[in-house]
Amino acid sequence: MQTLLQTPLHERHVAAGARMVPFAGWEMPVQYEGVIPEHRAVRTDAGVFDVSHMGELHVEGPSAHALLQSLLSNDLDKVGDGEAQYTLLTNERGGIVDDLIAYRITPHHYLLVVNAGNREAAYAWVKEREIRGSEVRDASEDYALLAVQGPRSLERLGLPEAKPFTHAMGEVDGVEVMVNRTGYTGELGVELMCPAEDAVALWDAVVARGVVPAGLGARDTLRLEVCYPLHGNDITEDTDAISAGLGWTCALGKDFSGAEELRRIKEAGAERKLVAFVMEEKAVPRQGMPIAGGGEVTSGTHSPMLDKGIGMGYVPAASASPGTGLTIDVRGKERRATIVPKPIYKREEQ
Amino acid sequence: MAASEEYPEGLRYHREHDWARVEGDEATLGITWFAQDALGELVHFEAPAEGGSTTLGTSYGEVESVKAVSDVIAPLSGEILEVNQKVVDAPETVNEDPYGEGWLVRIRMSDPAEADTLLDADAYKAFLAEQ
Repeated sequence: MQTLLQTPLHERHVAAGARMVPFAGWEMPVQYEGVIPEHRAVRTDAGVFDVSHMGELHVEGPSAHALLQSLLSNDLDKVGDGEAQYTLLTNERGGIVDDLIAYRITPHHYLLVVNAGNREAAYAWVKEREIRGSEVRDASEDYALLAVQGPRSLERLGLPEAKPFTHAMGEVDGVEVMVNRTGYTGELGVELMCPAEDAVALWDAVVARGVVPAGLGARDTLRLEVCYPLHGNDITEDTDAISAGLGWTCALGKDFSGAEELRRIKEAGAERKLVAFVMEEKAVPRQGMPIAGGGEVTSGTHSPMLDKGIGMGYVPAASASPGTGLTIDVRGKERRATIVPKPIYKREEQ
Repeated sequence: MAASEEYPEGLRYHREHDWARVEGDEATLGITWFAQDALGELVHFEAPAEGGSTTLGTSYGEVESVKAVSDVIAPLSGEILEVNQKVVDAPETVNEDPYGEGWLVRIRMSDPAEADTLLDADAYKAFLAEQ
């Protein structure tokens, strides 16, 4: 049996009554009080997620920019110091090795925050393609990462407003942190990165400020309500960015790994598309369930905000427009759903 | 609010974490505190049809939380007289009151002697302790 890795906050989670589960080689909290109350806390106030299992790769050197510009799908020239960008590592077939956020520290230093389950693959992918004047380093063990998300997150942390996809050094109750205005919930929020040895002090400070601990269960329902793809479910090495609706992350005017194939798919039109849907009958769609007419559910759950089953899945491009009815095979029973525009959940304007 | 852990005396328990309250030739069935706690807050009860039947040891429905789905195993065989519509409409009722408002179905037993094969509260607690 493989030993699971633990984040520096493991004891805090156990003490808080978290249910710990294996996830991508780590022992992680799936829930504390319950997925639904934690989900609602993030939508209405603020929640904190330990995402220290995610990987951090430093790419440094005078050629760091050139290396990343040749491997990442998005245009790194659009990112200045103190800014960040959602982007993809793509293979020669246009498949997605990982989706990640690239933070520009200086013109010669970038930080890539990658998925826990893809940390080794992403590191190896970039490392094997290093060029003279660039160096890639996996620093995942050095850092803890806390995502503090929700409409009251900044207020509770006492942090200033900042534009999405920016970062700056800051401080929370004496703990120095890199404050990243990014997240995976669709809410206002930050991801706080600190040295691993400061993780407990930072967690305690955040929780003392009234932020609710939230687990991976709520992280999944939150991201699915706003249709953020999950690598391994909705996007994989065998799915391309165009079909996944991530064409906006692909600077097809530049050369990068897989660009040629992606240009071809865009020109010819994707054969299938990743759509969002809402169940019309009581049922919870799950990954792998067949969609009639040649499709498959890639992510499914029960939406705490809509109190309905929701999901995403690939369907033939000809029948992928919002309003189209779907029939999903829920363990042998046909259940009706309707394709909806993304995101599935959007806060009603006040 | 979730209920606190208990296994009432007077109920009969099945090792698949189901309970039965036997009254004459009828019985009310549900899932135990342990089962609802393992699943988390329920969001769906895939109920059987009234008039259908249950068979000891086999599934008669599904209960589903945000993260997981589980078959509901019948602790007794019989004809389904009534499905708890309150749980169909508000599945979290099972978490709030697993032995009361959160019952799942009422049956007319086809073989009342089956009840003797089930565990009493102490035996079920001992069984849980071994898990």
